[in-house]
Amino acid sequence: MKLLDKIFKFNGGIQAETKKDISTKKTIKSLPIPSEIRLPLRQHIGKMAKLRVKVGDQVLKGELIAEADGNISAAIHAPTSGKIKSIEKLLIPHPSGLPDFCVTLIPDNNDKWVKKFPIDWKNISLKETNKLLLNSGIVGLGGAAFPSHLKLGTNRNSPIKTLIINAAECEPYITCDDMLMRERGKDLIEGIELVQSLLGAEETIIGIEDNKLEAFKIISSLIEKKPNIYIKVVPTIYPSGDAKRLIFLINGIKIPKEKRSSEYGIQMFNVATIVAIFRFIQYGEPSLSRIVTITGNIKEPRNYEVLFGTPLRSLVKDAGGQKIKNNTFLMGGPMMGFTLPSIDVSVTKTMNCVISAEPEMIQVTEEPLPCIRCSKCAEACPVSLQPQELFWFSKSDQFEKAQNYNLFDCIECGCCSYVCPSNIPLVQFYRYAKSEIISQSIAAEEADIARERNDFRILRLDREKKERAERNAQRKAENTNTDKLKLIEEKRAEIAAAMDRIKNEKNI
Amino acid sequence: MINQQSPFIKKAPSVTWIMMLVMLGLVPGTLACVFFFGIGILLNLTIAIITALIFEYFILKIRNLPIKLFITDGSAIVAASLLAISIPSIAPWWIIVIGTFFTIIVAKHLYGGLGSNLFNPAMIGYAVLLISFPAVMTKWPLPASHLLDFNLAQQIQIFVYGTKDVIDSVSSATPLDYIKTQILLNRPYEVNFTKGMPINSYFNASIIISLSFLIGGIFMWIKKIITWHLPITFLISLALISSIFWLVDSTRYLSPFIHLFSGGTLLCAFFIITDPVSGPTTPKGKIFFAFGVALLVYLIRVFGGYPEGIAFAVILMNICVPLIDSLTQPKVFGHE
Repeated sequence: MKLLDKIFKFNGGIQAETKKDISTKKTIKSLPIPSEIRLPLRQHIGKMAKLRVKVGDQVLKGELIAEADGNISAAIHAPTSGKIKSIEKLLIPHPSGLPDFCVTLIPDNNDKWVKKFPIDWKNISLKETNKLLLNSGIVGLGGAAFPSHLKLGTNRNSPIKTLIINAAECEPYITCDDMLMRERGKDLIEGIELVQSLLGAEETIIGIEDNKLEAFKIISSLIEKKPNIYIKVVPTIYPSGDAKRLIFLINGIKIPKEKRSSEYGIQMFNVATIVAIFRFIQYGEPSLSRIVTITGNIKEPRNYEVLFGTPLRSLVKDAGGQKIKNNTFLMGGPMMGFTLPSIDVSVTKTMNCVISAEPEMIQVTEEPLPCIRCSKCAEACPVSLQPQELFWFSKSDQFEKAQNYNLFDCIECGCCSYVCPSNIPLVQFYRYAKSEIISQSIAAEEADIARERNDFRILRLDREKKERAERNAQRKAENTNTDKLKLIEEKRAEIAAAMDRIKNEKNI
Repeated sequence: MINQQSPFIKKAPSVTWIMMLVMLGLVPGTLACVFFFGIGILLNLTIAIITALIFEYFILKIRNLPIKLFITDGSAIVAASLLAISIPSIAPWWIIVIGTFFTIIVAKHLYGGLGSNLFNPAMIGYAVLLISFPAVMTKWPLPASHLLDFNLAQQIQIFVYGTKDVIDSVSSATPLDYIKTQILLNRPYEVNFTKGMPINSYFNASIIISLSFLIGGIFMWIKKIITWHLPITFLISLALISSIFWLVDSTRYLSPFIHLFSGGTLLCAFFIITDPVSGPTTPKGKIFFAFGVALLVYLIRVFGGYPEGIAFAVILMNICVPLIDSLTQPKVFGHE
């Protein structure tokens, strides 16, 4: 074990009240099996999982309900044994607030496991291991929900040198990773060793914020005799847990927006993801549950081990309900989270934290003042953007300029809004500008296609018109010719007849 | 607007709070000015603030903007105060009113109001007054003379009726003005800071006033309302530029010491050029801007037609702000 001291500080960031001690006083509790489980088929980045069951099917715990559809997708398993009740569109915990396909399962409370298949990864090829991981259902549990088998995949140009474990957990309130490290440190370290050898990495660095002393002590003692695992304490400055910010803090490498860390020989996993991978490979247990922090305006804030698909309502009920009733819950942290559309949504793979909204979080905020260009936002921006300029361009729909000022490098961390004296919801303006630009470019593409089509149509119509005109002209010409000839002939005939008559008369 | 999107927490001083801290920062300097130049400074301040609020009220009404929201932001009070402090203590009331009119109505609201003004409003008001009424604007009483020979009644009389017959005996040109004239006329001038100068000499008064503004400035820096970039660059640049000239010919050019501690140098460094709205926003831009102001201040003071060049220097550099900002964009994370 070695303590690395050198820290590379990124620009700005904020030091908000962490409010983490609210939910770390009690140990992780397993939430009992709920009376109904509703599993969204899309809990990850990528394609929706392909359904493998039908209504009325009996499933066992850990049985495949939906398999990964292609490579960028993740499987869904039954979190407990029971019967499939229905497959329909229900509200899911997503910022859009739109319903999506869910499988409803009625548990039989036997919690009977399907046959587990631990992976003998040391004796099979990496490719085979990876193939098995495709149906583990494991995604990045830090919140990104990127399918993990892709990160462990062999399809890489550059070898991975360093495995970085994201244990920063920089958002206020959230403590699920903290508690996991405190209580399941052993699984974590074994998982790290496993993933490190799967990746072929030389070393592992655990990045942890300096506000998690207890977790730090436990992990430090566990890696004392591990020569290739280091722990690095980073300052509690939000957003230190953002992947690229954490890599910079640890290694001093600034990875641009459009690049992946693997191109720099670095791969990063969240602590919870590591434990999930470990449990899948060691015990053959797919991703069925996660640790969720429930905190904020709630009677008994703590961390729960919750089966995916459990209705949020059960979780809230077990935690004693809201202190002040307002029926508003945030998913994720207060800096980047969003309000849940309903208390009836279910816990998913990305739900690391549920904050029962404090009244001041959702109160009607004061009217924003104009920007006074104090540049506090620029001082706080961890990406070194100029938020005041981006705001100006977004507000006045100068999207091209906004892009020139690197709007798309914005990670929407919210630091600028947090420090703005004029109370301007800056991040909302950037989201608006981004979505406008994206929809404009789609519209432009469609317009291009439409224009091409239209040009072709005009060309075709022109050509047809011309052809028709030519044909008409020809016909007309032909017609007139024949008519004239006819006329002339008729006249000639008449003349001839007249002449004949005259001749005949003379002859008489 | 309902805050339904992240972030759900925030911790920022309000604009009103920032403006209040700026006013607090102005307190030591103002008190020093009152001590040396009389209660007239306070009269100026009071009238400036009152008229500024009245102007602000009416223009907000005309522009159909929410009056309570904008009148409580404190920006009008700060702009009016900065203007008032720059005006001689023996100026009549209408000078203040005209200056405030240009500060609030013309420089601030005709350009779009809070956050949109291109030019520093207080400096526009000051420049208009300096050009229109040079005689009044360059006549200050001898420092601390009010302690000796005029009372409050007399001050108010000056304030209402002007200085005509009252105090020609106690008013004079500012030191920068005096020295400039002496140098132009090739006459010797006396500046001695260390020996035998009474407390009421211009220079010692100037030094104490400057240090009081410095204290206020440091207060604002500690409170994180301003960063070091603008004031420090401005002061260092002015010191460097004046040192170069002074070292070349110390008989024709004043020492950097006099430049730093005369006129409104310190007031300018911490309170005038730090106006966020009309100034640059990037760290590098702030350095260029402050250097530009320092250079122009020096050139106007030494070679220009006015004894003090801060207002013009600031306004001229305000013009360059959009260019400076666009040329000094910091490197975005991962773009180097």
